Amino acid sequence: MLRLSVPFRQAISRLTLPVMFLFSLALMLIGRADQGLTDHLRTGIDDALAPAYELVSGPIAAAEHGTGAIGQLFNLASENAQLRAENASLLQWQSVAMALAAQNNALQSSLHYVPPPAPKFYTGEVVADLGGVYSRSVLVALPDIAKPAGLIGAIAMDGRGIVGRVVEAGERAARVLLITDLNSRVPVALGASGAPALMVGTNGADPSLLYWSPGSPPAEGAMVLTSAVGGAFPPGLPVGIVHYDSQNHPVVLPLANLAALRLLRLFSYPSNLPVLTPIPHAAKAAPRYRKPRA
Amino acid sequence: MTRLPMRRQPSIWRQLDAASRYIFPVGVLVFGLFLIGMPFGLPGQAALRPVYAMACVFFWSLYRPASLPAPFVATVGLLLDLLGLTPLGMWAVLLLLLQGVTLLSRRRLVAQNFLTVWAVFCLLATVTCGLSWAAQSLLTLRQLPAAPLALQMLFAVGFYPAFAAFFTRAHRGAAAVELA
Repeated sequence: MLRLSVPFRQAISRLTLPVMFLFSLALMLIGRADQGLTDHLRTGIDDALAPAYELVSGPIAAAEHGTGAIGQLFNLASENAQLRAENASLLQWQSVAMALAAQNNALQSSLHYVPPPAPKFYTGEVVADLGGVYSRSVLVALPDIAKPAGLIGAIAMDGRGIVGRVVEAGERAARVLLITDLNSRVPVALGASGAPALMVGTNGADPSLLYWSPGSPPAEGAMVLTSAVGGAFPPGLPVGIVHYDSQNHPVVLPLANLAALRLLRLFSYPSNLPVLTPIPHAAKAAPRYRKPRA
Repeated sequence: MTRLPMRRQPSIWRQLDAASRYIFPVGVLVFGLFLIGMPFGLPGQAALRPVYAMACVFFWSLYRPASLPAPFVATVGLLLDLLGLTPLGMWAVLLLLLQGVTLLSRRRLVAQNFLTVWAVFCLLATVTCGLSWAAQSLLTLRQLPAAPLALQMLFAVGFYPAFAAFFTRAHRGAAAVELA
């Protein structure tokens, strides 16, 4: 232990707060100037926290049977009845889907249709809900086989629809920015005609629709699918359903259950990625010059 | 090194006890931030995290400032920025500001009754939340919606008594360095 004189120690204890304050201010400026530093630190923290969160989240997930809310344990009977009714109607839909799939196959073979390459996907458990007041994001624990470098920009879906995109990926965890986040912009196609629009996150539960053509406004109840405009998303992934909050203000009711996410599939589409996809950690390859031989 | 004859070096167990009591406020603060990140799916869960940090910093700066030195507060602020997606360093600056104001008004405030302290915290938290909203709006160059800000302020007002009840027990027991 260092022995310091009393006035010197007093001076240090008095100066700590202002010095830390200036240090934080400087850090704020640095973080503003160099986004890579923030991303790097955040990935490190996420990687460190993911195993701890996995450890604690496991028992909770077991208690709620992966359904997303502990409160659902109390109405199991009514839920069972509802599920039976739903199952009956889904069986009908299954036969319809099989018939349509057969028809689709026949049409594709007669058109010599070339299917798009199947994406690789990883299944990860949502271990933490790490949003801020003005941001919506979740932390997904990655399985060991996942390759984190190619995962930035991957598309996260739950069982029913698009949830968001991976913005940061470390060794053990990836952060998914949800479609409800203020910074989320998803190019979408509306209804059967595939009219283009942009789905913009509003920090609320339902993202709003912008930039649709005034001639053909989105119809209430129309299906919203992703569109390949901009190259960030593959076309045709289910997003949600159009609903009018008020006159001239269409929103998208997401198909994904964003309030209680448990398991996410992260699809990486390598062919689509390079265009318009921010990749903060990509090291800039230094140009190599070869000395001309004398 | 000369030692006064009356003073005895405390045993290793007593030192450990004192150290654990000393780091109790910081430990509980960090653990609470971790806990609030768990996916319970509660509404407004994200708004609770800064409120909890503010309540901690305010309470411990007021009643036990030695246990929460400024470097710890700055670290907690950075953790808050990295967990939520706020600009790096913003909450560190705001929490240090809150701590500075609390320390300056400490002499007068520490003798007051709970209602006055609560009112002062409400005022400080409201100002800090407002500053966080302004800073984020400025740094992202857009006007952020005010509804989450109002929710955060309500949380600050409503949850402080619960936090303070817990902290007061800890202040007299688990965090009391002088009892070691």
